[in-house]
Amino acid sequence: MYVAVKGGEKAIRCAHQLQAKKRRGDISLDELSVAQIEQQLTGSVDRVMTEGGIYDSELAALAIKQAGGDLVEAIFLLRAYRTTLSRLAVSEPINTSEMRIERRISATYKDLPGGQVLGPTYDYTHRLLDFALLAEGEAVQAPSADEAMETCPQVMGILEHLDFMQQELDNEQAPEDITMNPVNYPCDRSARLQNLVRGDEGFLLALGYSTQRGYGRNHPFVGEIRTGHCALSIVPEELGFEIDIGEVELTECQMVNGFVGSKTEKAKLTRGYGLTFGSTERKAMSMALVDRSLQAHEYDEAVDGPAQDEEFVLSHSDNVEAAGFVSHLKLPHYVDFQSELELLRKMHKEHEQQTQGKSS
Amino acid sequence: MKLKQEQVAQAQKVSGYNYGYLDEQTKRMIRRALLKAVAIPGYQVPFGGREMPMPYGWGTGGVQVTAAIIGLTDTLKVIDQGADDTTNAVSIREFFKSVADASTTEKTLDASIIQTRHRIPEVTLKKGQILVYQVPIPEPLRFIEPRETETRKMHALREYGIMHVKLYEDVARFGHIAISYGYPVFVNGRYIMDPSPIPKFDNPKMDNMAALQLFGAGREKRIYAIPPFTNVKSLDFDDYPFEVQEWDQACAICGAEDTFLDEVVMDDNGNHMFVCSDTDYCGERQQKQELVVQENEQ
Repeated sequence: MYVAVKGGEKAIRCAHQLQAKKRRGDISLDELSVAQIEQQLTGSVDRVMTEGGIYDSELAALAIKQAGGDLVEAIFLLRAYRTTLSRLAVSEPINTSEMRIERRISATYKDLPGGQVLGPTYDYTHRLLDFALLAEGEAVQAPSADEAMETCPQVMGILEHLDFMQQELDNEQAPEDITMNPVNYPCDRSARLQNLVRGDEGFLLALGYSTQRGYGRNHPFVGEIRTGHCALSIVPEELGFEIDIGEVELTECQMVNGFVGSKTEKAKLTRGYGLTFGSTERKAMSMALVDRSLQAHEYDEAVDGPAQDEEFVLSHSDNVEAAGFVSHLKLPHYVDFQSELELLRKMHKEHEQQTQGKSS
Repeated sequence: MKLKQEQVAQAQKVSGYNYGYLDEQTKRMIRRALLKAVAIPGYQVPFGGREMPMPYGWGTGGVQVTAAIIGLTDTLKVIDQGADDTTNAVSIREFFKSVADASTTEKTLDASIIQTRHRIPEVTLKKGQILVYQVPIPEPLRFIEPRETETRKMHALREYGIMHVKLYEDVARFGHIAISYGYPVFVNGRYIMDPSPIPKFDNPKMDNMAALQLFGAGREKRIYAIPPFTNVKSLDFDDYPFEVQEWDQACAICGAEDTFLDEVVMDDNGNHMFVCSDTDYCGERQQKQELVVQENEQ
């Protein structure tokens, strides 16, 4: 006699316990602390903060610990927390020109005001496994700058001043907020940029790469990448003037792209923009490439690569949405599948009747 | 303020979150979308869907709708594939128990809110009940035209020829309209609507239903509704009328002949049996039969 399967509740409880055990690993080893993750796995923390949409390295580290290092899962945890927080204030626009620079490079000028500042980077690291790290207790020595960094002017400002660069002007409108309102296509650039900041790094990397290989080419040069700290300020209603509330670490990438112009209009270079939390240069560059390719429509360019297709890019960039919908295939679909089988059986029956009718 | 937070925290067994998980402003936003949806039956209302603590695609739309309408006097039933004990139904029920202190039931007729995935219960729902559907893809035209910008125009202009062409192509190729679940319906003579992936067996129950039907699509950020006693027609052709699934067998447990049946595979050779997918309906019938048997014995 068949007995219907029961016990979902107990199974779920046990699954949680098993997962917790798996996350902890060998208990004879010390437990990883949130502070260690926050300090020593900044590559992960910065990505989780950027795509999680909240600047809080401690919570990001907690999410990474809780997710056992699964970054997409950690991003999801952080998002689901973020969405319940109330909005206390909206900050004033950040001025990245006044960034306290940690790293700043340009690929368009050999030297420029403020100079090239390599800062911390893997760029020139030979990717050889450092077996010394297997043994613990290394003490790192870092050089310190001979002189204090001054604020660097933006490369884009120089190009604008020379009248070579398309100006980006403030449209004086409050930016869209896709976390409060659903995206409506076609959407404006503020909604696009917000979506790209939160978008999956791998997805944007691949799309940006596709534009380099000809699927919507837009001739990019790295005008400037800068990483460092920016002051964040708000204007509380009861005070009426700006007060600094802290600093955020940001990476900004400004791509210089192919020019537009016509017989009547002076040719101007165009740009793509990328901004991320922490030092997440790969993501900032990918974002800048895709931001530019999504401007195809504004510049009357043919839309023939996937990276130029706004609805395609923006509605598939979010890894929390994508991972959720892909993983939902694991949920039971008995009813739908049974419906398909019923139709299939019916069609088989008809097929048999037809073939028998023909042969007799 | 602090005291109030503590009280709420005690009531809902989870600290740090508002009653029903969502903050009150978000609930209001969802209720406004729901009111609009009820006013325009079958029309997909965009809403500012939030991240929920379960993955997108696992019922976040339905959960948001339920969270926006549930109160302390409600009794909630959650089903997935018709069953109360499928893992995701259990998980969602536990969620509302912990964040909304909800009273729950498995009895269809005792529930004031029924959140469902892929089924409509077998018993006829009553006036005053609310059926909340979890919707993966709210756009019935999506697999014919993937672009939102295009499908929005088609709905606005009631330009649905493309859907009839798709149904016709099915007939030409397979001899049938080859849609067995998520079978499109025409609501109130105006909008073509996706009924969510319920089997087409359940479609006729939507027509003139006494209960309010609410549909939530979290990832796609759309809400739509069918108010009570609204005309809902499954699309078809005069010479290929809409028909529902039929089985040769009855439920192997309760003997019902008029329910949607799940197929249970018994061995490696594909031997199988059929049982009701609606576990509450099947259980009620078994209980009645046992009572009859007991009475006869006495």
